[in-house]
Amino acid sequence: MRTPHHHTLTVLVENRSGVLARVAGLFARRGFNIESLAVAPTDDERFSRFTIVVDVRETDPEQITKQLFKLVNVVKITELAPADAVERELLLATVTADAEARSAVIELVDIFGGGIVDVGWNQVSVMLAGEPARLDDFEELVRPYGITELQRTGRVALARLERQAPRLRTTGKAS
Amino acid sequence: MELTGAQALIKSLEMERTEVIFGLPGGCILPAYDPLLDSSIRHILVRHEQGAGHMAEGYAHVTGRPGVVMVTSGPAATNLVTPICDAYMDSVPLVAITGQVSRAAIGTDAFQECDTVGITRSVTKHNELVMDPAELPLVVRQAFHLATTGRPGPVLVDVPKDVLTSKVEWWWPTDDELLASLPGYRPNTRGHTRMIREAARTIVAAERPVVYAGGGILRARAAEELAALVELTETPVVTTLMARGAFPDDHPLNLGMPGMHGNYTAITAMQEADLLIALGTRFDDRVTGRLDGFAPGAKIVHVDIDPAELGKVRRPDVPIVGDAKTVIAEITKAVRALLDSGEATLPERAPWRSRISGWQERYPLHYDPPAEGDALKPQRVMEALRDSAPEGTILASGVGQHQMWASQYWRFNEPYTWVNSGGLGTMGFSVPAAIGAKVGRPDRTVWAVDGDGCFQMTAQELVTASSERIPVKIAILNNAYLGMVRQWQEMFYEERYSEVYLSPDLPDYVKWAEAMGCAALRVEDPDEIQPAIDKANSIDDRPVVVEFRTDASEKVFPMVPAGAANGDVVVHPTQAAESRKVVQ
Ligand SMILES: Cc1ncc(C[n+]2csc(CCOP(=O)(O)OP(=O)(O)O)c2C)c(N)n1
Ligand SMILES: [Mg+2]
Repeated sequence: MRTPHHHTLTVLVENRSGVLARVAGLFARRGFNIESLAVAPTDDERFSRFTIVVDVRETDPEQITKQLFKLVNVVKITELAPADAVERELLLATVTADAEARSAVIELVDIFGGGIVDVGWNQVSVMLAGEPARLDDFEELVRPYGITELQRTGRVALARLERQAPRLRTTGKAS
Repeated sequence: MELTGAQALIKSLEMERTEVIFGLPGGCILPAYDPLLDSSIRHILVRHEQGAGHMAEGYAHVTGRPGVVMVTSGPAATNLVTPICDAYMDSVPLVAITGQVSRAAIGTDAFQECDTVGITRSVTKHNELVMDPAELPLVVRQAFHLATTGRPGPVLVDVPKDVLTSKVEWWWPTDDELLASLPGYRPNTRGHTRMIREAARTIVAAERPVVYAGGGILRARAAEELAALVELTETPVVTTLMARGAFPDDHPLNLGMPGMHGNYTAITAMQEADLLIALGTRFDDRVTGRLDGFAPGAKIVHVDIDPAELGKVRRPDVPIVGDAKTVIAEITKAVRALLDSGEATLPERAPWRSRISGWQERYPLHYDPPAEGDALKPQRVMEALRDSAPEGTILASGVGQHQMWASQYWRFNEPYTWVNSGGLGTMGFSVPAAIGAKVGRPDRTVWAVDGDGCFQMTAQELVTASSERIPVKIAILNNAYLGMVRQWQEMFYEERYSEVYLSPDLPDYVKWAEAMGCAALRVEDPDEIQPAIDKANSIDDRPVVVEFRTDASEKVFPMVPAGAANGDVVVHPTQAAESRKVVQ
């Protein structure tokens, strides 16, 4: 379940061994809960990016950010409220789809703009990339057909861009 | 110039102006002990690695320079975990070098392999396993930089044996190279100008302000700046257990130590304050008591180098991230500007001062004088030690009742004269920490006040002290109990004493001390206290141990029971009885 209480922290870290353990260890020791975590290289090989989703009702995101920043290998942290972020996640699922159900499942995948990545005699594996909430919807609709396996990557996010060029902006923050 | 990794390691330590290493060799670190023979660095061979860690802490406490430890892998590294955690909790700059099995053997459960960086990750400011021999000088330079800047703390460098034996081209990173190698580390030392002005306005508007000074004042070497602020604003000061000496105890504005065993006035002034100026302190639970009852009417100005401390426990009205020395000086300047320009005047402080002196008169530190034939009063021993201490004496202590009496009854008039385990509360701290302190300040007398329980945890380091000719003085307050635990069982577990009795005679502390090469004295009679202390103070060619047989039934007062609010502080029973009489 994704809610407005889930904030995304994108954490730029030095690409060194043990960094994941440092971040995970910090969350464990301080009693912070992680909803999801994705780690990926960036365009600069010296750095990796962690995308961490936390529930701000359970832990003050300010404390999480400040404690993370104390890790020497953490270079930059951006905290994004759901409204400030463009978020995507990838879902892979194997769904029961015998002759009878197959076309219905394919139709559903089509509606959501997903794809079929593998076909077996009574199952299909599907993939869907999109906003986490859309993935939730898809998951709910496809469940009645029978899900044998499902994996989600955890979300990655970018800050939303400014809509207006600076000189057109009437009010707004400087940064 | 081509060196072995081991030579590069020792040379790097020299480049960092290391004067002493506390350590003990073994298999994996062996290669580093060879070039040490040719180095100007003094090595102190300890009897247990925990001792090395606490010695390095004691050294750091009194000199302000990072303590350096070097030990081997596996059990030696795990023996260091306690002092590393201690240094982490009290923000003590420490650089620990540990040996590790050769790179190819890592992960194979090799002999004396343990995941040292994994084990110490949560108790170090940073740690690093050196896999590339060429990086050794850089990692050492980073370690010293990280340990001593920002919020100080322990940094561990784990070095595989084959990294020590491989050849490296010697280089020493420049400042720029150092900074470039730590892109995520830029501690913010200068406070925010607008916040500093806001702090100044808040301070001059307060009617009942209290400066709540923490150990950060000492780490930042900000005692002078603190004194200037206090004097300009006529603000009373409390100094936490970690900050004893940051402001002179004999200054009329010093209210002493707050907290669980703080004195009544310090605790109550914080409770009644309309402003707490919290400087280099972290609202520890031993200071605040039950949080929702802590200083309920106080606004908070909070200055700390660690942004995570601001708002961690109590939300400040004026948060300032920065180095205490710089920020306090800036606040003082801003206050002076407000006063000089006539924009503000200090409120009349007399009513606040008179309430404070009322508490001071009514509830001074108190213990009942001994009746004829009673055992020694530990507080009396502390007073005698204090009154006979040569100018500039450094005091270390263990953890327990004796620690609280040490902090309560000593008069700290100079910074860096108190060596103590506050955050972790590590029994066994005092003997090695006192030794490290004496190594750092050989010109000073160093006394350790220890409990009989604590002494038994690390006493073996007196062998180190004897053989290295480090003449520390140890006063054991032998109450034959784990006294602090006994006190809790007496007060909160209906006097059901469970596993706290130690015996006054077993071990025989005098024989034990003598066997370790120390001079040793035992004091059982009140009349012997002074002569024994005088004798101990006159011995300067070896360590001295004085065992004082003290009254096991003495308890530390005042006391804020665990879970209680500071408003419910329990005073000494005699004072409580007297105040009941006053009420009737
Ligand atoms: C390593 C460690 N183990 C246990 C404790 C819990 N503890 C705190 S004070 C204390 C008793 C200390 O006894 P002693 O050294 O005799 O000092 P006293 O309180 O009697 O003055 C104990 C067991 C601790 N702080 N540290
Ligand atoms: Mg005892």
